[in-house]
Amino acid sequence: MVSRRIWSIAALIALLGAGAFWALTRPAPLNPEFAAAHDSDVENGALVFHAAGCASCHAAPDGADKLTLAGGEAFASDFGTFYAPNISPGAAGIGGWTLPQFARAVTRGVSPDGQHYYPAFPYGAYTHMTAADVSDLFAFMQTLPPSETASKPHDVGFPFNIRRGLGLWKRLFLNDGFVVAGDLPASVERGRYLVETLGHCGECHTPRNALGGLQRDAWLTGAPNPSGKGRIPNITPAALDWSKADLIYYFESGFTPDYDSVGGAMASVVDNLSKLPESDRAATAAYLKALP
Amino acid sequence: MRILRSSKLMAVAACTVIASAGLAVSQVATSSNKAVAARHAQMQVIGYHIGVLGAVAKGEMAYDSAMVDAAATNIATLATLQRPPMWTDGTEQGAADGSRAKAEIWSDPGGFADGFAVLEKAALAIVGAADSGAVGAGMGDLGGACKACHEKYRGPKN
Repeated sequence: MVSRRIWSIAALIALLGAGAFWALTRPAPLNPEFAAAHDSDVENGALVFHAAGCASCHAAPDGADKLTLAGGEAFASDFGTFYAPNISPGAAGIGGWTLPQFARAVTRGVSPDGQHYYPAFPYGAYTHMTAADVSDLFAFMQTLPPSETASKPHDVGFPFNIRRGLGLWKRLFLNDGFVVAGDLPASVERGRYLVETLGHCGECHTPRNALGGLQRDAWLTGAPNPSGKGRIPNITPAALDWSKADLIYYFESGFTPDYDSVGGAMASVVDNLSKLPESDRAATAAYLKALP
Repeated sequence: MRILRSSKLMAVAACTVIASAGLAVSQVATSSNKAVAARHAQMQVIGYHIGVLGAVAKGEMAYDSAMVDAAATNIATLATLQRPPMWTDGTEQGAADGSRAKAEIWSDPGGFADGFAVLEKAALAIVGAADSGAVGAGMGDLGGACKACHEKYRGPKN
């Protein structure tokens, strides 16, 4: 009799726990302002595309063609290996998606069928994207060549293969506020948007905690390289004494002040930065110089 | 008198570049492996000459056609150093201290050779550059050559 009672209480607790888990991990709906009609500006969409570095991860690995977003690049992590999916405008990619579905994916990390994406996709940064930029980006991506390559499934073990659990991760680590908060001069403010949002620089240059959340109190202070070799550098003024002009020249040419050159994963970042207007490279540099 | 002044200016500028390049050299990782150290030396000398061209392009150093041609020619020559004695087996990153050479150098020797050929071509294109603006224009391809090769074949900082 007593044991039956204990079992019913245990079952009730389990049920409540499952209910709480279900409620806490529910994928976010779309922020309604993203669904509003907007006359898309494809030219601005191209700039957003370069600033957000989409091709750096989603172009086929080792391909010279950076505009066919067939996916396939592998990203090793402590939680498993992620493969960038096909996001070309074909049936194997985002062909047939609506703008609200695309906006929810990019800014909320939720797929059209309501599943959480893994945060290897930097939606934690893109969550600050303006509705106009998302819409323009979507319009630009429709102009790219489609690819029929099927997306490769991620190689992630238990318990990280339960996507629903990412809802908890998002509750813990997604943040609606900028790291460098408050009112900033216009040039630095643009730089904040380029670095914290589109460029998602913090995804590599900021250390992570044991659960893979960014340590915002150690913003851009460098991190171990996920490849297992070497470190991604600290780019705050405390560690990087380059002048603003040095930074701008590096973003444009790939040359450091000592005429060493950019390499590794940062090479494609410089490729992207070199396609932006000079004013955006200057704003990026201004933001980095203004960091604490 | 004007010629004297300009060559004096050139000497001062050259000294500044040499001094700052010297500082850079002292910071570059060396290795107990002689082949790795020799490769670093090759890269340092290439970087030094790119520094001369960069200083001209940025207006930090007065344009001098003979100096520009000489620097560009040296880069092209350095890009043609025979690789087998320097890129020896077992000296990739992780296997030899200080090395950042990726295994792809040995698994894709053709692509690696092409990288140096692109560098040689970009350097030779600067020979005859008529002014600092032309040097600056040539720096774009030169930087592209460095970047493309370092993206594929150089590992992260140790």
